[in-house]
Amino acid sequence: MNPLLKTKSGQKRLLLGNQAIVRGALEAGVAFVTCYPGTPSSEISDSFFELSNESNIYFEYSTNEKVALEVGAGAAGSGLRTLIVMKHVGVNVAADPLMTLAYVGVEGGTVVISADDPSLFSSQNEQDNRYYGKLSSLPILEPSSPEEAKDMIKDAFDISEVLKVPVIFRTTTRINHSRGVVTFGRMKKRVIQGKFVKNPGLKVTLPGVSRTLHKILVDKYARAFQMANGSPYNFIKGRGKLGIITNGISYAYVMDALSDLKLKNNVAVLRLGYTHPFPKKLVQRFLRNKEKVLVVEELEPYMEEEAKTAAQEAGLTIPIAGKSDKLFSRLFEFDPGMVRAKIAKYFSVKYKAPKPVKTSGLPEIPNRPPNLCPGCPHRSTFYSVKKIAGLDTVYPTDIGCYTLGFMPPLRMADFLLCMGSSISTACGISKATGRKTVGFIGDSTFFHSGMTGLVDAVHNKHNVLLIILDNGTTAMTGHQIHPGVDTSLIGRDKQQIKPESVVRGIGVKDVYAVKPRNLKKMQEAVKSAMAYEGVSVIISEEVCPLYAQRTGEFSKKMIFEVDQKKCKNKRDCLNLLACPAFYLEGDKVMINPDLCIGCAVCSQVCPEHAIRPVKLGEQS
Amino acid sequence: MKVTRIHITGVGGQGTLLATSLIGEAAMLAGLNVNISEVHGMAQRGGVVESAVIIGPALSTIISDGEADILLGFEPSESLRAANKCGSNTLVITNSHPFPPFTSAIGQGEYPDIEKALAQLEKRVKKLVALDADAYAHQAGSILSMNMVMLGALARHADLPIKADHAKKAIKKNTKKAFLKKNLKAFDLGYKH
Repeated sequence: MNPLLKTKSGQKRLLLGNQAIVRGALEAGVAFVTCYPGTPSSEISDSFFELSNESNIYFEYSTNEKVALEVGAGAAGSGLRTLIVMKHVGVNVAADPLMTLAYVGVEGGTVVISADDPSLFSSQNEQDNRYYGKLSSLPILEPSSPEEAKDMIKDAFDISEVLKVPVIFRTTTRINHSRGVVTFGRMKKRVIQGKFVKNPGLKVTLPGVSRTLHKILVDKYARAFQMANGSPYNFIKGRGKLGIITNGISYAYVMDALSDLKLKNNVAVLRLGYTHPFPKKLVQRFLRNKEKVLVVEELEPYMEEEAKTAAQEAGLTIPIAGKSDKLFSRLFEFDPGMVRAKIAKYFSVKYKAPKPVKTSGLPEIPNRPPNLCPGCPHRSTFYSVKKIAGLDTVYPTDIGCYTLGFMPPLRMADFLLCMGSSISTACGISKATGRKTVGFIGDSTFFHSGMTGLVDAVHNKHNVLLIILDNGTTAMTGHQIHPGVDTSLIGRDKQQIKPESVVRGIGVKDVYAVKPRNLKKMQEAVKSAMAYEGVSVIISEEVCPLYAQRTGEFSKKMIFEVDQKKCKNKRDCLNLLACPAFYLEGDKVMINPDLCIGCAVCSQVCPEHAIRPVKLGEQS
Repeated sequence: MKVTRIHITGVGGQGTLLATSLIGEAAMLAGLNVNISEVHGMAQRGGVVESAVIIGPALSTIISDGEADILLGFEPSESLRAANKCGSNTLVITNSHPFPPFTSAIGQGEYPDIEKALAQLEKRVKKLVALDADAYAHQAGSILSMNMVMLGALARHADLPIKADHAKKAIKKNTKKAFLKKNLKAFDLGYKH
């Protein structure tokens, strides 16, 4: 059984922030979990996917975040404790139902996880989702460590149930992907049978109903405001005339900095964990006897602006600083040394920063950007499309592993906004430029939000080619299932929906299903589609080799090697295909036998037919 | 008690994250406070994977430039790339076996002369230990055990309150039976280096 489920109360474990969140939700008696996977939230969902096989918890990977929120809202409205998990940009997708769920409210405690990604480790932006609190009037809780995350999410369910609104639980990558010692607590009994009590006068959001509901929400907000001012998650450490207000992981950097700078007895720290509604009264009390206050928060000056408003209302004129050219940036995550230096500077403390070793004279190291894996079918698709549709065609892309088609020498990515944007932006580009535009989208992303764009393309008669890179899994985020996956391979009973049937159902006439490793067939399909006036779809069907190795569907039996006698060093393999299994030994092109998976694509690319198969273990 | 900061770097697929959490487990077994940060997601697709283990009374989970007590590098050019994490008092333990990035194969940058470059770095830090961890892993029976070789080297050379026994216990707890013998052998080879 999964250790998160079976481990007894009182035990200590070293847990990833995301595992701690799962345990906290289990201790809170969560019964219903929905999500769309996305870094840095994915391990939460993946744990529940496993747990749902060993318990009576309902879990689903929903089609997208809006659907996840709506499915969750249905369960929450029927009285079940519900967890809805997504990354920060996913909240944009779910924003429509979220804003109105705040009006309608919930019966069972409901927590929406927004996993923000300062520094954009795996995201297209670094938006600060604390502003969703202001937009929706919903409470926001933010932990400062994995251990706190476990306890805090448990309380978030209770707060939600008291207020009858969902609570937003905001993390950042450094919480999700940090590991710390967590003490396990007792599990609450799980209620899995819900009951929907009809009350259309308060649950059907006609304008007249919602006028009432908005007033109810404002009343709930007032209660949440009182709670925030008295919350144990908003606490003061230390005393002194100098003050720091901080939240999340920044709290760790602040506390370490104060001990390093020996300022623990001079600076009082107000750590905010219940950050929305902003605990104005508490902050005013904190500010009252201070001479100078620094606000330490990553990304936007949310607390800083609120603290300044609070000070103004209390008639306080002390300096409060945070974001500025000289202090903290609105860009990227912080680090302990930087926070230490800024604290020393703001409070005029003598401080000498540790000196990194000089790197002058050390050689420059070639970059090692993330790349498509050896044998990745996306690479062969990109190679073929580029060969036929050429460099003048515009290629909007989408969110997934294939975004890495951006990397040279493939360079098959010209425009990207968000999940599902490939097809719709292709429509606009094609109309504006008068040329057939080619979008790339993965299978999971197609189901997430590519389908609606394709309906637009067909209905409005756009001249686009959509290439669905169907690798039978959600590869980038760790191989989650999605509606197109045959789940019988992993012993789960879900209905598979083939992208081709969807595409034909939408009314696309020019449809091709091709195996991308057959370069000739793929190139014929691209040629034919590019000549077609209207909407074309090519479904490039080949399973993700990483996933296939994991499920046992694929095991390596054969690899390829370069016949050095035949090789004339034209290097199409390196310069055009650029599979990372290739490397140069002096002037000779070689294939790393550990990396080659035997996909045979390079042997079709080589103009000299110098790449030949060998049985594993028989290479020269 | 003083805080020990270990910065770990390597390439996706080299097992840096498992090694990271094993150091954490070993620290826990030794009764120490420990915080860890990891990188998941896009960077794992063949890119650089960095993590940090901070042992002792601290809350932070990452390490700023110049502040690593130990740099544990699973690939020599990545150890050099992370040199800015080191100060004059840092212990560097690095695998000397090159795994050149693909960019150097397609002519974007040149993979450096590792021996020369490590000799340069050695002069600027407290101590540098280089070992061919790939060779030791092969000797132990599988290249997949390379991370265990590095753990062995760490246990030997680092002035940590974690004993080899703690590390071995953590390995035993977290390794599938089929790999355990190889992993422990790899750890010992790294320890003896």
